[in-house]
This record gives sequence, C-alpha cells and structure tokens, in this order.
Amino acid sequence: MTVIGWAQILIFFAIIVALTPPVGGYMTRVFNGERTFLSPILRPVEVAIYKISGVDERQEQHAVTYTVGMLLFHVGAFLILYVLMRVQQALPFNPAGQTAVAPDLSFNTAVSFITNTNWQNYGGETTMSYLVQMLGLTHQNFLSAATGIVLAMALIRGFARHSVRTVGNFWVDITRCTLYILIPICVPVALFFVWDGIPQTLGSYVDATTLEGVKQTIAVGPVASQEVIKMLGTNGGGFFNANSAHPFENPTALSNFVEMLLIFVLGAGLTNTFGRMVGNQRQGWAIFAAMALLFFVGVAVCYAAEAHGNDFLNALGLTGGNMEGKEVRFGIAASSLFTVVTTAASCGAVIAMHDSLTAIGGMVPLINMQLGEIIIGGVGAGMYGMLLFVIIAIFVAGLMVGRTPEYVGKKIEAKEVKMAMLAILILPLMYLGWTAVAMQVPSAVSAMGNPGPHGFSEVLYAYVSQTANNGSAFAGLSGNTMFYNLSGAIAMLVGRFWMIIPKMAIAGSLAAKKSIPPSVGTFPTTGGLFVGLLVGVIVIIGGLTFFPALALGPIVEQLASNAGTLFSAN
Amino acid sequence: MLREIRPAIVVLVALTLITGLVYPLAMTGIAQVVFPYQANGSMITQNGHVVGSQLIGQNFTSAKYFHGRPSATTAPDPKDPSKTIAAPYNAANSGASNLGPTNKALIDRVKGDLATLQKENPGTPVPIDLVTTSASGLDPDISPEAALFQVPRVAKARNLPEDQIRQLVDDNTEGRLFGLLGEPRVNVLQLNLALDRLAAK
Repeated sequence: MTVIGWAQILIFFAIIVALTPPVGGYMTRVFNGERTFLSPILRPVEVAIYKISGVDERQEQHAVTYTVGMLLFHVGAFLILYVLMRVQQALPFNPAGQTAVAPDLSFNTAVSFITNTNWQNYGGETTMSYLVQMLGLTHQNFLSAATGIVLAMALIRGFARHSVRTVGNFWVDITRCTLYILIPICVPVALFFVWDGIPQTLGSYVDATTLEGVKQTIAVGPVASQEVIKMLGTNGGGFFNANSAHPFENPTALSNFVEMLLIFVLGAGLTNTFGRMVGNQRQGWAIFAAMALLFFVGVAVCYAAEAHGNDFLNALGLTGGNMEGKEVRFGIAASSLFTVVTTAASCGAVIAMHDSLTAIGGMVPLINMQLGEIIIGGVGAGMYGMLLFVIIAIFVAGLMVGRTPEYVGKKIEAKEVKMAMLAILILPLMYLGWTAVAMQVPSAVSAMGNPGPHGFSEVLYAYVSQTANNGSAFAGLSGNTMFYNLSGAIAMLVGRFWMIIPKMAIAGSLAAKKSIPPSVGTFPTTGGLFVGLLVGVIVIIGGLTFFPALALGPIVEQLASNAGTLFSAN
Repeated sequence: MLREIRPAIVVLVALTLITGLVYPLAMTGIAQVVFPYQANGSMITQNGHVVGSQLIGQNFTSAKYFHGRPSATTAPDPKDPSKTIAAPYNAANSGASNLGPTNKALIDRVKGDLATLQKENPGTPVPIDLVTTSASGLDPDISPEAALFQVPRVAKARNLPEDQIRQLVDDNTEGRLFGLLGEPRVNVLQLNLALDRLAAK
C-alpha cells in the first residue's frame, strides 16, 4: 500500500461526502413534485407523457397499487428486451451482423437487465447489435435504476408520512426520476466521456493493419451514452466483454475516477434525501456513517491483500502486487478501490478481473454482496436494504430494554419486523441454496474455470452476484449453459422482487401509522451508539449466515496458499 | 389493476424511446460533430491506413519493437467454431485469463514468460506487468520499468545507442494525473511509432 494509493481513496470518499447533501436535496425536490431549474425544458415532456397515459399526477396510489404498477411495467420491459434480442438479425443498426441470441441466453439477459443486475453470460461485442445495446440495454439501464430509486422513495415516504393510505404515484415517480435526475446527469457526462476517449459511433468495427502488418479488428459502438448510465444507475453491464477494464469503456485514470463517483453519488444522496424527508438530516448521516464504516474496512482489506500480491509469484522474485487481471493505467490502488465500490453498491462493473484477485482480496466483494449491498448499495435498493437492517437493529434495541421500538417517530411492530426478516432471509436461500444445487449437477461443476476451492468460489460468487443484483463475476465460470442461465434468472428475479414486495408492505403499513413525538425513552438514532448497533447487527447476520460457505471457498484457498498448495485441473 | 395497464404501456414506450433512441442518437450526433476523433475510437492513421487505436494495445512480437503485456484474448478456432484458440490482442473479443491465484496453470505460465525475459536481459529484475495478463487483454500501456527493461533488446535490434532509446521512453512516459490518479505508464503503440520515426531520421 502506498500514500498516493490511500490519497486517491480518501479524496474519492471526500468528494462523495461533499456531493451527498446537494444531490439529496435535489432528489427531495424532484420527488416532492417541486419545480427545478430544468422544469422549463422538461416539464412539457413530462406533462405530455401523463396526458397520453391518462395519469393524474395529483392522484397518489396505495402501496399495493404502486407495486402492481411497477410489476406490470417490468413485464412490458422484459418483453421488449427479450424480443429485441431474439430478432436483432432482422433489425437495423447491426453492422457486425450479430445473429439472434439463443432463447435461454435471451431470457437470462432480459431478466438480468430488468432486475438491475446486468449479469452477462455473453460478450457484448460478439453478441449484441447496436440497436439492442441502445434500445434494449441502455434503456433498461435507465429504467431499472429509476425503479430502484422510486421504490426507495416509497419506503422513505412510509417513514416520513403519517396516517395516510398512499405512498406516491409510481408513474409520476418513474417519469420524474428518469427525466429530472438520470438524463440531466447522463448528457454532460456522456460528452465528457467521449472527450476522454470513449467511442460514440454507429459505424462498423474498424479494421486496422498493425505496425507489424497484422490485421486487427477493433470493436467500437455507441459506448459513451451507455457507460454513464451503467455507472450512475449501478447497473454494471459492459458494452464490451471486458467491461470497464476495456480501454474504450474506461480510457484514463480520470474516466475511472468519474465512473466510481457515478456509482456512489445517487445512493449516497438518498441517505440525505431520507434525512430531509423525515425532518432531520442527521438521521441520514447516521445511516451514511454505518455504510462508511463498512466501506473502509472492505477497502483496507482488499487493498492490503492486492498490494501484498500472490505469494507464489512473489516467491519468483516478482514485486508490485497482484497485477494478473489488472490494467497498468489503474494499478493496484484504483483497482482495489473500484472492486470494493462496485460491489458495495450493486453496480457490478469491473476494472480488474475479480476471478484473478487474491483469495482474501476476492472475498471482500463476495462479502459486500452477501450483506445485501447496503454499503451505499444499488441506487434505491441499497437504501431500502439498509432500512430493513435498521428495522432489525431497532427491534433488537427494543428487546434489550423491553420497550416497543420506534424509529423516526414510527412504532416498529411485529408486521414490520416479520416483513424485514422475510426480505433478509430470502437472500441466503438463493445464494446458498443454488450453490448447493449446482454442486450436485455434474455439468455445472465442469463449467468451473479454476480447479480447487477457487472453482467453488466461482459458483458461490455467481449466485451471490445474481441474487444481490450485482452482476460482477468470477468470470472463469462458463455461465452460458441452460442450467446457469435458468437458475441464475430465478435467483435474480427472487433477489429483486422478493425483496421489494415485503418492503412495499412495510412502506404501506408505516405510512398508515400515527407519528409519535420522541420522549425520554426513545432510543436516539442519530448517534454513535445507533451506528455501532446497526453495523453490529449487519455483521452478525452476515457472519452467521455466510461464514461456512466462505470457509469452503476463499478462506480455505488462502490457507492452502499459505501452505504452498497449488491446484491443477483433472 | 386494469386501470394500470394503459399507463404501463404508454409510460414504458415513451421512456423507452427517450432513453433508448433519442438519448443515444443525440449523443452520437453531438459527439461526431464535436469530438470526431475520440468518438470514432481514437484511430491513428499513417499514409491513409489505420494502424490501430491509440487506446487499444497491439500484439508486438518483433525484437525491434517494444512489447505490450501478455494478452489472454481468444478467437473462434477456424477448424472447429465451438472451440477457441489463443489470439492475443483480439480487439473484437476482449477478455482476461480469469486464472485464480492458486491455479497451477497461472504459475506455470508466469514461470515460462519469466524465463524467456530473464534470458533476454539477465540480471535485471522483471517488472510484474510483463508477465501478467491484463483485465481487458487490450491494455495499451506498460509501466515505465517494463519499457526500460526492453531497451537493450530494442537498441540491439535497431542498432541504435541505448541512451537514445531510453530517452525516447522517458519522453513517452505519462505520469499520474494531477500527480495523484492512476499509475505512471507508457503507451506501447505511441512509443513504437516514435521509435519508427526516430529510425527513419
């Protein structure tokens, strides 16, 4: 580890802290339906959408109606994406002549993009036409992100309001989120990315003749416009197979820095939006502090492990850390930081191949995802995931003193706690259940790209990543098989929607409750004690659930490495 | 519930068209006018031919050129399309080795590359980026140490003084951005183009 490395990490985090209040404030205005500086341009578009769709923007919905609207929206989005992939060979904007995507791969990919996972069992430049990349994938990058944000808003409103039956209007929220938050950030940053070297063209792949006279075909495309929303919406699906490690997705240290900021900015801002909506920004900062604590532990461990490098290579006299699967322009520090950022949030873009991380370095992203991506988290999803843990933490605190727990003026009762536990327990069922099933399927085992415990880590990582809607991979696993495509799709659907449904039940039930003023007996939720309790609950639930699986993968691999054991295929 | 079907269709179609067509096509239009070089992939042309992209590495093998990092990219096997063969720096199919840290195949590969390089420049420690594959398989850069390591070979193959080549490496070394972000690096294609220009003088 170097001083410059840590300086990069600390400056990154300082900028996120500085951006949190203004971004949180802006989002509050947007979701309260107030005018913003963009209203003169965007308001006519917004009104036209409501008019044609017959939406009355002043009429709010009950939590159930809100959820139904969201689900219908996703059925439509799935169909558009699936059909586009199946018939792309007959559609325009296909200079590379990509053929129809196979049914099971199309299914997995469509599910992957509507759930904000962006798990990829394909390589973008060898599979998808420009039309699918734009109309199918870029558009889902926007809408799955907007969905996450508006669902978090519904839960936040549940806490913030009292004695009402409604949590907002899904159609208004999704329209305003896309028009006023996502697009205005994407337009200037996309142009900045082009300036920095990211292609934005509909032209065909370029044939170059290298200095040594060999033909090199260079894939290009409308990359910049997708790159921005891929990061901002914590989607993470690469235009190219190598994702953000590809020089055309991430050409310089500057583009890399901006990409990391984009991943965190909205998720961090939402903590502040929460604080503002419940009337005390310190409530938001307390949640932010718990996230920050977990974040820095992850960065420190991952960076230390990667800087230390691979003992087997160090023994050959090589120095400079673990450079296998990393790019020179990023180096160890930025690669470690990005790895933690992308899995703390539910982004899943990568600039270093997670499969080639050291055992302990690779365990950090795995744990980040297993905790449910609540360290900043996916846009919206991180916020509501964290609020579920808050409910559990408050419940535990209530048990300790024998008093009905309260949080921001709302009594937390049996229904909320049951629903929160349901949401939290569904994740390990998918992570661990599918991994166990895959271990019994010979074709699934033979798809591993590495021998020994690392192969097990690949499969565990695949299901954790898909259930948590992250999308990064230990990519040595050959995931494009019928078994992985289908089981992965189920994990993604359950991981997304079985989190959302209990969470919306909580939102509806909280909104209907009375607000009670704080008394001397109220547990203060803006101080260090609360932050410590929250982190403690997260670590205990995570540790109890996942330690056995981790012991079989990264932990035993590190022990084997210490003992000088290598693994070879067959 | 039925009342939600019309907004579901209209809002979905409207937002799909805005974010999936209007936005990317508008960005393409603006980018092509304002930054045409970058928007088309930062291609370098010489005598009217594209010789590569400034941002994409190439598979240099000749002794008179600086070499990039090992690349793990592949291409379909011409004999059997269901299989793949090694195709370093295949810019139409980016990818990495994905070898784990305790995989014997990784350690064996590194040992092999290491032995070749040690023969080329005995007694000098081999920089780690020269024996590890990059994440994209298309890494355009090597570390300054990796470039300096190759100076004796290139100087000998070109019959030029080592000091002159070393100077060229220094001139083509890019530092950290603002002295802070990223790592010092040398763009291999640009260095080799500069080398050709030097030799032509």
